[in-house]
Amino acid sequence: MKFRKERLDRGIKVRCEDIFALSSWREIAYLLVPRMLPVVALLLIPLLKDTIGLYWEKVLMITCVIGLLSLSWDLMASVGLISLGQALFFGAGAYITGFLNVTLKLSPLFTIPLGTIGGALFSTLLLVPVLRLRGVYFAIVTLTMPLLLARFIETTKILGGTEGMSALSPLPNIWVELYVPVLALLVCLFSFRRLISEDYGLVLQGIRDNDRAVMSGAINIYWYKTQAVFISGLAGAFAGAFMTHYYRFVGMPAFAMDYSILPLTAAVLGGVGTFAGPTLGAFILIPLSELLRAVGTLRVVFYSAILIVCVVALPEGIFHYLRRKYHQFERMVEVG
Amino acid sequence: MEHFILTVEHLTKHFGGVAATVGIQFQLRQGELLGIIGPNGSGKTTLVNLLTGFVKPDRGRVIFRGKEITGKPPYKIAEMGIARTFQMVKPFYQLSAFKNLIIPLYSSRVKRLRGGKYGDRDDVAIDLLEDVGFERDSWVPYKVASSLPHGYLKRLELARCLALRPDLLILDELFSGMSMSEVASTLPIIEKLNAEGLSIIMVEHRLKELFRIAHRVMVLNFGEKIAEGAPREIMESEAVKAAYLGSEEEG
Repeated sequence: MKFRKERLDRGIKVRCEDIFALSSWREIAYLLVPRMLPVVALLLIPLLKDTIGLYWEKVLMITCVIGLLSLSWDLMASVGLISLGQALFFGAGAYITGFLNVTLKLSPLFTIPLGTIGGALFSTLLLVPVLRLRGVYFAIVTLTMPLLLARFIETTKILGGTEGMSALSPLPNIWVELYVPVLALLVCLFSFRRLISEDYGLVLQGIRDNDRAVMSGAINIYWYKTQAVFISGLAGAFAGAFMTHYYRFVGMPAFAMDYSILPLTAAVLGGVGTFAGPTLGAFILIPLSELLRAVGTLRVVFYSAILIVCVVALPEGIFHYLRRKYHQFERMVEVG
Repeated sequence: MEHFILTVEHLTKHFGGVAATVGIQFQLRQGELLGIIGPNGSGKTTLVNLLTGFVKPDRGRVIFRGKEITGKPPYKIAEMGIARTFQMVKPFYQLSAFKNLIIPLYSSRVKRLRGGKYGDRDDVAIDLLEDVGFERDSWVPYKVASSLPHGYLKRLELARCLALRPDLLILDELFSGMSMSEVASTLPIIEKLNAEGLSIIMVEHRLKELFRIAHRVMVLNFGEKIAEGAPREIMESEAVKAAYLGSEEEG
């Protein structure tokens, strides 16, 4: 007797968008559990700092920061802008925050919001002239921007030059250090997901898929691209602004390649275009890279090997795969 | 007194050494349906691109409702009221048909024409689809664009233009790739739009259908206007026959 695996998709559309979703506790749970579980977990982890240990709590913090950068990457990708330079946002936010703290002696309560907005504004202004470029051409420009700014600071010796600016005000306490990035990540994740499913988000995705059709729909695509870059800039610059006060230092490493490449890798690993995917990607990549410290110098080899296997086996991204499987029944049926 | 909605003067565009259009001139009356025909490569699509700002002319002027629009970006020209279809349909494939129309409905032009209120864009979109022959009480308007047949996609393209409530509609080979029955059902839609006062320019290869509804026809060959007149005159013109037969021999 032969068996064949049969797959059935549940009516995802109906379940999510109709009153049907509220018809029973089972249906509500079906929709809410995958959304609420990670939220609750994220909010609980900082509370368990005595059991988990401060080291892993710091890993959580870095993960949230990279998560913010990958969300920022994904929003730009949603409008068709492939960026290789999220470090631009990170560095701009970091330097403005540091500068405000050093010169005006403002407290982190003011420098972080100002650095976030200022960093996003500054990077957007830098990118506006190249928003006409598409695909790999845009990517190359974004790759060079952080490098350019780092060299500029190095040679002109402004903003502390190679020394950077140190002895900045510390964050008030450990709870702020842990909860601010966690909350920022959650707010960012859910607001981006909301934004992209609104009519406004449709316009952004339209620009990615067919910018000529959007243009002939009397929509100024460059203005919308600018807005998208600014919104992603806010997420990226916030990450930089926060880390500045956490390290109590800002210097050229703020423009490091890591902040460009890690978010990109997280997004590709997790699944582009869903926002949840890149976040998930960050939560796999960063802790994994910490775990691999145990194997010493071979760390990068293992790390790369795992990445390659993931990308080859699940090219759509882990999140897309998980979501599909969650909505699928599988059963064995008799054949012949 | 005649009122011209569009005046085109000496429009010239070269791509490298190739002259795509050479000194094209014409005028379009308010409410007129002008057909543009010509063999492949005669510059019809380039002309449409020049009129809608997708290509900038080397020389010449385009005046729309008394304002010069030469060299303006496409979204500004669309904002002023010229809507165009694309020859190669490329809808937003993963969106459902009616969601495809949300994007033009989001524009400031539509907001302005609706007196500052968008209303429910989804409802407006469904109405527009019904106007171009999507069955209202079926699943068709809700289907993903990638699952729709070509004829529907062409009409979706038309609906995308109508969403802008244009003053001038430019159809770039709307009928290409449509079946006979699809053409037969789309033709009355265009006639109706024109009867309601919409000025239309139709670039078309389906001459029989075009000649039936056009008020005037212009013929292009190698980027130049070789003839212009009522459909009947064009049909009998020797120059036009030569241009078409000539191109067939080469092909």
